[in-house]
Amino acid sequence: MTDLGEGRLQTALRTGRFAVTAEIGPPRGADAGAIAAKAEILRDWVDAANITDNQGSHTRLASWAGSILALRSGIEPVMQLTTRDRNRIALQSDLISAGAMGIPNVLMLSGDHPTFGDHPDAMPVFDLDSVQLIWAARLMRDQGRLLSGKPVKPAPQWLIGAVENPFAPPLRFRAQRMGKKVAAGAEFIQTQFVFDLDIFARWMGEVIDLGLEQRCGVIAGVGPIRSVRAMEFMQTKVPGIHIPDDVVRRMRSVPSDRVAEQGLQLCVETIQRLRGTPGVAGVHVMAFGHEHVVPELLERAGIPPRPASRPTEQVGGRVDDVR
Amino acid sequence: MSRDFNTALRGAAWPRPIRPAWSARSMYRLHRLLVPNAVNRWLARRLEASPRLYRMFIAAEKQIKGSAFGCRMCGQCTLPATGYACPMTCPKQLRNGPCGGVSATGACEVYPDVQCVWVTAYERAEREGRVCDLTLLQRPIDQREWGKSSWVNYWQGRDADLWTADAGLTRTHLILTDVRHLAGGPSA
Repeated sequence: MTDLGEGRLQTALRTGRFAVTAEIGPPRGADAGAIAAKAEILRDWVDAANITDNQGSHTRLASWAGSILALRSGIEPVMQLTTRDRNRIALQSDLISAGAMGIPNVLMLSGDHPTFGDHPDAMPVFDLDSVQLIWAARLMRDQGRLLSGKPVKPAPQWLIGAVENPFAPPLRFRAQRMGKKVAAGAEFIQTQFVFDLDIFARWMGEVIDLGLEQRCGVIAGVGPIRSVRAMEFMQTKVPGIHIPDDVVRRMRSVPSDRVAEQGLQLCVETIQRLRGTPGVAGVHVMAFGHEHVVPELLERAGIPPRPASRPTEQVGGRVDDVR
Repeated sequence: MSRDFNTALRGAAWPRPIRPAWSARSMYRLHRLLVPNAVNRWLARRLEASPRLYRMFIAAEKQIKGSAFGCRMCGQCTLPATGYACPMTCPKQLRNGPCGGVSATGACEVYPDVQCVWVTAYERAEREGRVCDLTLLQRPIDQREWGKSSWVNYWQGRDADLWTADAGLTRTHLILTDVRHLAGGPSA
């Protein structure tokens, strides 16, 4: 199997080593160096980094381009792909392209509505939904065909990822919704920020009851709260983030110069508790705009740097082709 | 629900979640009359043979389903599998369940004054013991069917494949057993 170049994330999930992923938001500008700079910070600490796809409906460098830049910088990308901006022709084309460029992981989601972004006047596409896109990816890779039935030769090889938000109503449907994504072909799932460990534990229990964690690696989303303002922004301006009252109180209980430290400590404790939660295969650290805290965060949580990387050489072998 | 000027205008062009006027229970009952029986199949053939009758029929269907469910005439009705709440009234037209942006109160992320249509669907399906319907995998729709009659499509047997319990993936998957190995299986 190694000759196919198993990615670092896949190795972690397959062997049961606690996986760590992070997020790299591409720049709004033709700046290849921005990805390299963030990759430099994260490289030794994460198995892979998500390259977001016009996150929050804000136009940025494309996730496929960011993924190639990440490969060049020696960090394994997870190429995000939303159904918001592309129809089934373009989505499948991007998936084939990701395979050709040696991008080892793709992650599919519906995406924030354009209403939230810098072009609220744009036409949203939503030709497919996230479950349908995951399904299409799975058909393409494992059965070598498009939704149209046309053959794809050779079929692309990537690990298929998805997302779930255990904290958004209807809460009792969320594990089953993840089940649909797993049935459609998802092999790992990253969750929305975990601030409410009680709701998370209840959801995880349902996931285990459905046996989903045996078929799909569950990677819990975490991130440090930087400031009270950042917390308020997350609560009011980013859809789907739930911050329980005790966390809000804790963040407000310290003087403003110590809020960042408190946020970091809270995140450290969350990671430690998640690590001890049955069924959790890893953590996904989201620290948009302050990636530099990620190594310290992981170190304090007792998560060591990643084992000497193979992907740099392996996937990198194919990277030479794109340079 | 309050709809001030700005809220009503915000994203006014996008589909807007509708809470159906009729109860799910009465709809499941009514559905028995709409199954593709001999009469309905005959009617469908008759309607498709006459463009004028077909146009009148879709006008009536649009009127009835539009007022009851916010129907937008996608022509591929999934109401029986979604607690009779129409997922095409979701601003993202998600047919496989809610997005991750639903607020803690169950409100739509695009229209905060309206309940997410999937929250509505879940409540209705749960009340009728039909939650397992929501776990069915909904196939991508055929965008060419917009504006056609989904009742006629249903009676003509064209809707038979809209959803499935099985993704048709021949191999059980998972990373825990090495995906690349699976990926190199029979059809590769």
